[in-house]
Amino acid sequence: MPRSSKIFRYVSKRLLQGIPIIIAIIVINFFLLNLAEGDAVDVLAGEAGSATPEYMEQLRKKFGLDQPLPVQLAVYLKNVLVLDLGYSFRHEMAVQDLIFDRFAATALLMTSTIILAVGFGILLGLMAAMRLNTWKDAVITVFALITYATPLFWVGLMMIVVFSLYLGWFPTSGMENVAAFYEGWDRVVDIAHHLVLPTITLSLFYLALYTRMMRASMLEQYGQDYVVTARAKGLTERRITFVHVLRNALLPVVTMAGVQVGALIGGSVIVESVFAWPGLGMLAFESLFARDLNLLLGIFLLSSILVVVVNLVVDIIYCFLDPRIDVE
Amino acid sequence: MAEFWTRYRRNRAAVLGLGILFTILFMAATAHLFYPEDPFRLVGRPLSGPFENGFLLGSDSLGRDVASGIVHGAKTSLLIGLIATLVSIFIGIFFGAFAGYFGGRVDDLLMRITEIFQTIPSFIFAILLVAIMKPSIFSIVIAIAVVSWPGVARLVRGEFLSLKNREFVQACHTIGMSDLRVMLREILPNCLSPIIVIGSLMVATAILIESGLAFLGLGDPNIMSWGFQIGAGRTMLRSAWWVCTFPGIAILITVLAINLIGEGLNDALNPRLKERQ
Amino acid sequence: MSTPLLSISDLSILLPDGADRRHAVAEVAMKLHAGETVCIVGESGSGKSLTARAIMGLLPAPHVRVGSGVIDFGGEDLTKVDYERLRNIRGSEISMIFQEPMTALNPVMTIGDQIDEIFRFHVSMPPEERQKRALGLLEDVNLPDPPRIMAAYPHELSGGQRQRSMIAMALALGPKILIADEPTTALDVTTQAQILQLIKDMQRRLGTGVLFITHDFGVVADIADRVIVMQEGLIVESGKSTQVLNKPKHKYTKSLIAAIPRLKPRKARKRSKEVVVETSALHKSFGGGRSFFGFGKNAHAIDAVSDVNIELRKGETLGVVGESGSGKSTLARCIIRLIDSDTGMVKLNGVDITSLKRNEMRQHRKFIQMVFQDPFASLNPRSKVGDIISQGPMLQGIEKTKAHQRARELLDVVGLDSKAFDRFPHEFSGGQRQRIGIARALALDPDILVADEPVSALDVSIQAQILGLLDQIRKEMDLSMLFITHDLRVAAQVCDFVAVMQKGHVVEVGATNKLFTQPQHEYTKSLLEAVPGKDWHFA
Repeated sequence: MPRSSKIFRYVSKRLLQGIPIIIAIIVINFFLLNLAEGDAVDVLAGEAGSATPEYMEQLRKKFGLDQPLPVQLAVYLKNVLVLDLGYSFRHEMAVQDLIFDRFAATALLMTSTIILAVGFGILLGLMAAMRLNTWKDAVITVFALITYATPLFWVGLMMIVVFSLYLGWFPTSGMENVAAFYEGWDRVVDIAHHLVLPTITLSLFYLALYTRMMRASMLEQYGQDYVVTARAKGLTERRITFVHVLRNALLPVVTMAGVQVGALIGGSVIVESVFAWPGLGMLAFESLFARDLNLLLGIFLLSSILVVVVNLVVDIIYCFLDPRIDVE
Repeated sequence: MAEFWTRYRRNRAAVLGLGILFTILFMAATAHLFYPEDPFRLVGRPLSGPFENGFLLGSDSLGRDVASGIVHGAKTSLLIGLIATLVSIFIGIFFGAFAGYFGGRVDDLLMRITEIFQTIPSFIFAILLVAIMKPSIFSIVIAIAVVSWPGVARLVRGEFLSLKNREFVQACHTIGMSDLRVMLREILPNCLSPIIVIGSLMVATAILIESGLAFLGLGDPNIMSWGFQIGAGRTMLRSAWWVCTFPGIAILITVLAINLIGEGLNDALNPRLKERQ
Repeated sequence: MSTPLLSISDLSILLPDGADRRHAVAEVAMKLHAGETVCIVGESGSGKSLTARAIMGLLPAPHVRVGSGVIDFGGEDLTKVDYERLRNIRGSEISMIFQEPMTALNPVMTIGDQIDEIFRFHVSMPPEERQKRALGLLEDVNLPDPPRIMAAYPHELSGGQRQRSMIAMALALGPKILIADEPTTALDVTTQAQILQLIKDMQRRLGTGVLFITHDFGVVADIADRVIVMQEGLIVESGKSTQVLNKPKHKYTKSLIAAIPRLKPRKARKRSKEVVVETSALHKSFGGGRSFFGFGKNAHAIDAVSDVNIELRKGETLGVVGESGSGKSTLARCIIRLIDSDTGMVKLNGVDITSLKRNEMRQHRKFIQMVFQDPFASLNPRSKVGDIISQGPMLQGIEKTKAHQRARELLDVVGLDSKAFDRFPHEFSGGQRQRIGIARALALDPDILVADEPVSALDVSIQAQILGLLDQIRKEMDLSMLFITHDLRVAAQVCDFVAVMQKGHVVEVGATNKLFTQPQHEYTKSLLEAVPGKDWHFA
């Protein structure tokens, strides 16, 4: 069988394997919802001020909350499958609509962060490994060590202090200057301007991580036998580094990039709340304060699914990079 | 032990990290001697800058002492980081050891579960767990442990997978040793070094997660913590930069010190890796 | 005689500070002529590989470096030439092949691309021409279907095919010198014989001078014109191969050659009637990973052991020989029940142990014990030697003081000081560890010893000592032994009976002297034919 159709089969198999994971996450979600003190009716009742127990009983019946747990679970599963994630009483909107409204902002932030972190991480790691034990290596290593230890929200706040309040280069918060009514390119530039600080903040930690990994991975590959062979063949050090070592060294970094997507989503909650970036993270932060559990769980579910999808994409990239992967 | 110390000492940054950690530990242990007052108490003029009105590092918008918060917060960070790590290492060893040793269906089942927990975005999961259980030391420790154990489980599984086929383990089978004893007495001691290394790095991560939760308002309301200080000070960023800055530096230094120690342990416990460089 | 291609004089290589000796090699002098094969022989740590790497400028810098000396290659001193010149020489005028072709090739690059690089970096040639030359090279080294090999990645080829590809790469530009660093050590004997033949053929065609590094005197006897013997960084003897092999002068060379097992079968002994181990129709297959969600039958199952019937009688040594993947180790593990067989029977002193439950098996464990291959992996690095030896008897219910007493006695039996009792395995050498492993196996006073390649990880001089020890113990304790080995020389020396395995089947069983002199099966014949140095009858 040609490799391409093997890869196709591998991909469909991995897709199928993702399904039980997603179902498991939905089930966890359901139980978390049930673990929480009080149900939707309590929340509604709280909203309305006072409600008689009879009225609450009636509401429970209406929402199916008087049914036994397994039945509720089945209903919940069915609802999720038709993308009905429940109702946010706080926002008076369906959870899925709220989430889709905010998704684009988060996707933008995450994409620019991944590009910055992975791209520069690989570059810096490569530079450090090539200039091993020189001042450049030392600077990069120390930079990576420090950023690796800095809490995201603090970096964000310090960025605001320095670049917004003190230097006045970038706006402190938001995604665009709504009052200016920019259109076309002006709007793009405005959004990009707002995007700089959140992206740098969110990417610093991962930049440090990928730099360290890339450096270590390059050094490990330099010690392999095939490098000696390449030298014995009379290849230039350039060729050895950029063709032989680089490709092998990238493999663990790619794997790591996939693993880190989940963490990145977590980080975006913090960064978005620091910069008031109107994405899912900000929404999660708001729902946390409003005790809007339905919404929080919806965001949680969607981000889990996102991780499953991204992992799948990384797996596919990986099997093109590494011919050894057994795709059967 | 002496040999271990000689190797550890070779990494000077790691020795520095150890020194810093001891200083922080000392600070946490003697917090009540230098700042006997409750760090939540309003002790002076609000928004005093560093060295003003008798405040070493200034005061916040309510007149709480920032320096007092930092020394008392050290206790919280270290305690939560350590306990959460111990709990998650325990869970991770349990899952990893059984999956790696028995293989087959047991491995499939346990690794599927691990995979699910690894897929879930951990910080959001931690937020959810704390939000649902109500913020307290207990719920924070549980939340951090629940999101941190999969890494340990995978590591331990890998070690068990490779060690169970080593000849010394087979030799134990030829004398009829029981599985539990082989796992606990023969294999586990041989994977302690990587567990110690990953554990030390997890303490650092746990401290970061804890501060993030506290920053979002999910800290234990009765206990002072660095994340809480920063979260409380962020609205005053324009007028009182010190309220956010100093606790942040405290987190940075603590986490950095623990990371350096982790690297030093790695070098000292896996000398083979170091020589390759 | 013509001027040599390569002439090394007074070469010394420095080790980093803190190493156990100052020089990796010192005062090395040697010459290599066109069309000639010079072998450097020595045990591990003798400095033979570093000498070879110094020629190519491939020492692991900056820790290990040339201290002094001249490496004269056609009038140029290779220790002094600049980097660009050295790079030009590498791969075109001097090339090198390595021990482990799997790790020596880049895993994510096709063989074709890896050969192509040689041309790209040394000569200017259009791509089609390079492609054609590469195909021609693969054909020259007798690889089947060169276009397929060109497109293949290293992991898709067998060990022999990988080494052939390496040789094709090394010979691409017709180098004057080929340095071969243990190129056949990782290969099976039959493949080894083919690769040696290939190197010889190519050398004859191209007139290459070959510098061949090996630890195996059998290989030396097969290919060397001249021999250089190294010990701890010094050349102790050199000369024509016939002379060094047959009339060694230096006592180290003499002891090395004396330690090589002779390919002469041991004298037959009277055979006992009592059968201690017997397998009938034994079968074991391994699946190649589970299918989808763990259901369904596996299409990739491999029969590791298939319909094996052997018997081991009291007091004799039965050898099981075969190449890697023949199933000999699996067979041993089924017999000692480290692995559960699929079907068939294993009778231990008349009891079928395949049907026993785990706890029932426990009381039979003391009858049969095992000695393992890898002296570094077979002892728990975290346990004291005394505990390793005495834990078997203690599990069987013998009290601690008695078990410890017995462990000390056994240390004496295997030739170790009883002080070893309180020490950890890493404080011992490979040979000493193997002795500890033997003591552990003896601690339960077994009737039967299963030895799985017990000497294949050891240097030849240590190998001889361990074989001697095993033979002595077998005699003194009246043990029966199942001896797994890939080395026919070892089998000839220690076994009374030999079973030859190929792809899971026992293809031939016979008394050692009969099997070695009149092999019946084709495979046995080819194995015997491939033994390195088989025509060399040393003094």
